[in-house]
Amino acid sequence: MKRWTLYIPFVVFVLLGLLLWRGLYLDPKHVPSALVDKPFPTFALPTLVEGETKTEASLKGGPVHLVNVWGTWCISCKVEHPFLVELSQQGVAIMGVNYKDENDAARKWLNDLGDPYVFSVDDEQGTLSMDLGVTGAPETFVVDSQGVIRHRHQGPITRANWGSIKQIMDQLAQETAQ
Amino acid sequence: MKNLICFLFLFGVLAPAQAIVNGHEYPFEDQERAEVFRVLANELRCPKCQNQNLADSNAMIADDLRRELYQQVQAGKQSEEIVDFMVDRYGEFVLYRPRVNAMTYFLWYGPAAFCVIAAIAFGLVMRQRRKQSTQQDKSQAQANEQATYVSSSASSHTDETSAASADFSAEEQARLDALLNGDASSQPTDKGK
Repeated sequence: MKRWTLYIPFVVFVLLGLLLWRGLYLDPKHVPSALVDKPFPTFALPTLVEGETKTEASLKGGPVHLVNVWGTWCISCKVEHPFLVELSQQGVAIMGVNYKDENDAARKWLNDLGDPYVFSVDDEQGTLSMDLGVTGAPETFVVDSQGVIRHRHQGPITRANWGSIKQIMDQLAQETAQ
Repeated sequence: MKNLICFLFLFGVLAPAQAIVNGHEYPFEDQERAEVFRVLANELRCPKCQNQNLADSNAMIADDLRRELYQQVQAGKQSEEIVDFMVDRYGEFVLYRPRVNAMTYFLWYGPAAFCVIAAIAFGLVMRQRRKQSTQQDKSQAQANEQATYVSSSASSHTDETSAASADFSAEEQARLDALLNGDASSQPTDKGK
């Protein structure tokens, strides 16, 4: 037997080790969204506050939007909320999707804690959220001015992770400007 | 007659079609639809939970998806349509039986490929071993001849041992010969080969 063939098991071991070592640091909870680079799903839902019907058309033509899925039953949303208010004061356009919530509780929430949303649609049956592939609130989508979903963020937006989302939004705003 | 009805009922002939999943009853018009529902609830993975299917999970999203699944099965949709609906929204993640595509070739065919590689490697090694052992037989026979020549004792033993030599490595064979010959003078001759 040739001498170099003795090294084959060692090389295989090293490769397998590298593969598993990398696997240790992957996040098993990270599920890639099936909707990135797809148009925002069609919907016709009443807004939470005024009750007028909005469709996906209201996301088109304007600035780059954030679409934030929230509910009063969701604790992480409460953590996220003050930061969203801050963002809206900085001029970030946020559309809310009130996910399987009670309308009164949701209106009270916006009254008491501030309303960061351009408008919130009332997704009482969770149909829009299902079309968005939402697995739990809060979840946020970056939607460009063509109404196409460009990024999905699971979990609350915080000061710590806002940087990467802002970068994506800025880039998209530049694309639109060109 | 009463017994007959009881019998039919017990064995599911007259029993109303339904699927019991996660403690909930999902009534269907026929067994076939109930079966489609049961299979899909077991084959689709809950997108929120790591290692549970829709049937097992108590997560809110799993509950919603079970309801959606039930409605779609009730509406008479085909399994493929329903699976497409789920994949369009939640990605391939929800498939416990992944589709065969460029991303999953390794997953589907990897094990078979490894078996083939292992079989080929095994074959090569065996062939090489056989080649080596026949060479060894020859050299062993020569060595034995020399040994017989040097010390003319125990020649009958060496014939037997060379026939069985395929089972031993060269070194073991040498030791065995030395023991059988009961003669220290044959040892260095064998070791040298």
